[in-house]
Amino acid sequence: MSTSAPTSACPACSAAPAAGAVAGKDGAPNGGEQLLLSLPAIHCAACIAGVERSLSAMPGVRRARVNLTLKRATVDADPGVAAGTLAEELTRQGWEAHELDAATLAGTQVDRTGRDLLMRLGVAGFAMMNVMLLSVAVWSGAADATRDLFHWISATIAIPVIAFSAQPFFRNAWGALKAARLNMDVPISLAILLAAGMSVYETAQSGAHAYFDAALSLTFFLLAGRFLDYRTRSAARSAAQELSALEVPRALRVSGAAEAMVPVAELAVGDVVRVLPGARVPVDGVIETGETEIDRSLLTGESLPVGAAPGAEVNAGEVNLTGALTVRVTAAGEDSTLHRLADLVAVAETTRNRYTSLADRAARIYAPAVHLLALFAFLGWMWISGGDVRLALNIAVATLIITCPCALGLAVPAVTTAASGRLFKRGLLIKSATALERLAEVDTVVFDKTGTLTTGTPEVENLGDFARRDLEVAAALAEGSAHPLAQALAAAAKDGGVKPASVSELREVPGHGVQATWQGQLVRLGRASWVGAEAAEQTATYLQIGGRVLTFRFTDSLRDGAAEAVSALQAQGYDVRLLSGDAPAAVVELAARAGIGTWEAGVLPQDKAARIEALMAEGRRVLMVGDGLNDTAALAAAHASISPASALEATRVVSDIVLLGGSLAPLGDTLATARRATRRIKENFGIAAAYNAVAIPVALMGFATPLAAALAMSGSSICVSLNAMRLR
Amino acid sequence: MDVLVYLIPISLILGGLGLAAFVWTLKTRQYDDPEGDSRRILSDEYDDKPKSD
Repeated sequence: MSTSAPTSACPACSAAPAAGAVAGKDGAPNGGEQLLLSLPAIHCAACIAGVERSLSAMPGVRRARVNLTLKRATVDADPGVAAGTLAEELTRQGWEAHELDAATLAGTQVDRTGRDLLMRLGVAGFAMMNVMLLSVAVWSGAADATRDLFHWISATIAIPVIAFSAQPFFRNAWGALKAARLNMDVPISLAILLAAGMSVYETAQSGAHAYFDAALSLTFFLLAGRFLDYRTRSAARSAAQELSALEVPRALRVSGAAEAMVPVAELAVGDVVRVLPGARVPVDGVIETGETEIDRSLLTGESLPVGAAPGAEVNAGEVNLTGALTVRVTAAGEDSTLHRLADLVAVAETTRNRYTSLADRAARIYAPAVHLLALFAFLGWMWISGGDVRLALNIAVATLIITCPCALGLAVPAVTTAASGRLFKRGLLIKSATALERLAEVDTVVFDKTGTLTTGTPEVENLGDFARRDLEVAAALAEGSAHPLAQALAAAAKDGGVKPASVSELREVPGHGVQATWQGQLVRLGRASWVGAEAAEQTATYLQIGGRVLTFRFTDSLRDGAAEAVSALQAQGYDVRLLSGDAPAAVVELAARAGIGTWEAGVLPQDKAARIEALMAEGRRVLMVGDGLNDTAALAAAHASISPASALEATRVVSDIVLLGGSLAPLGDTLATARRATRRIKENFGIAAAYNAVAIPVALMGFATPLAAALAMSGSSICVSLNAMRLR
Repeated sequence: MDVLVYLIPISLILGGLGLAAFVWTLKTRQYDDPEGDSRRILSDEYDDKPKSD
């Protein structure tokens, strides 16, 4: 059986930077005694031993256990030990570690459903082997009393096992019947129950044919399909939950002179919170004190930071860049902009829920057909044999068993397991069950700009235009600030071998820039208005040396693999477009760099979704790739959607696929894999149909024996699984 | 055919033992970390401490 462990590679190695970017830095005490740490970089026996040894040596830790499959450590600690400090200490010792929010992960801790399915699968497997053993004796010629004895023993094994193992099918089938629908589980349950019931009757009548082995192998193979399907989805779900758990939702609440870390959920309107530079604003509010620049790119797609002073409004999800702020809360939690935007999604989601997967479509044709066929066999043989109910029923049951969708049950899960495993190794997390099929139908790919095609980190464009001496001053000033533009400038200067000039009285003026004294004159690096310059059209910072003003222009650096992804998609015949909320100047330049011909700039969040819907109305199938909250509605409206791991949680929730690594390069391969996977699924349906085309006439003519059923069933299941394996 | 009197119970007991072993591995959560367990056997640090739960 395929155990294509989707976790067998080391995707965390490539995923680590992204995971680090969304990790919370704070280490407030965690009430619970069981702490969880994410260890994205561990991959070997030495890592396991090392991490467990260092954790056990830390004060307050009682026991630590590493789970390499989940890349996680569970720590039993004394009350009051903070996961954050353990993570910091571990990182200092050389193992990258992040605190995980235990509450967010609570649901995945005990994987009940998975173990339940595995138990049923195991029991069915053991019973199947034992009954098969007895059946071989019957097939090879045991007769009379020996055959009856063997049948009775088979019955005592099979009946309780079927009652236990086939429960998931019975439950689903009952649910469908109650809602007056037919699903795949109805013919499955009917076949299993009829096969068992008929076999017991035949055994009691000393009949020659009993189908206990068929009923059990049917249960076993179908459970195997269910289990694969479940495991693929739960691996994706737990990885997605882990991404959310990395963002421990806490805020620094100021009450009087005291400051305390509290969960964001506990904040109320009117509270005052402190937002440190570099931190994400946790709530909607009004700035009380402090001046800063705010990066709103996740909400609006603008790449230029916006200045903010007391009285200005800030929204949850924005990033505070330069100065420390205190913010009075005007809306927290469910009421914040972040949540309201997320609500937009619920409306668009319905389009996707209407999508019927290939498996559903197959079931819709298959289930009624099988029932009609069995009924037809029963009535036909009643007529031919002149009212021999036992014979007619026997043949009807044989038809039902032999047509039963062993191969159909495995056709989809075997392929999606193989495909998801393959994509997971490349750092892609498939969240939705039908994502691969929808992805395969896509013909247009729409990208967002800021944060998706670009990394959101600026790059100096015109460094070569300046005299070395000016650059030295700029580098000295830039090093004094944590502002992204300043940091980019400092890094570029360092790469260019520029040594910072020696300056004195260096200080940062929040919201404006950095200033210092150099050779007796005032030098400033910062906003246009502050240094007395005309603001340029694109992202820029300005250096003032005495009376001279120099302009450093920036472009957003292209994300790793973005150009490759675009050209790979275009080579495969996809129509690639760019839809951005940013200003035209920045967009046109980036579109040229990424090689995208069709672009639109200054698109508002609502309009993005409308544009996608317009494209869909033209009959196109759109894949949306975006990261911002402004993309959320568009992501939900599109036929399929992908977001990077650096996106906000609300955005990741609506996307079908999350890109764990920092690079966009796997995109081209992803779409190719999706198309191949869908082709394999269809091939598998073909195999199952071909097998039925042979088996049904044989069964209808009354030639089907339990041996033939067992051979056909295993044969087709193995064919389908092997065909799926070709994907890996 | 008298040998069946022994062979059938023996085969059933052996099968039952296999099933019991499987149930035990499942109950003691031995499938929670297949990746890690396959690496742990390579570690020469032996865990001498008694199991705490």
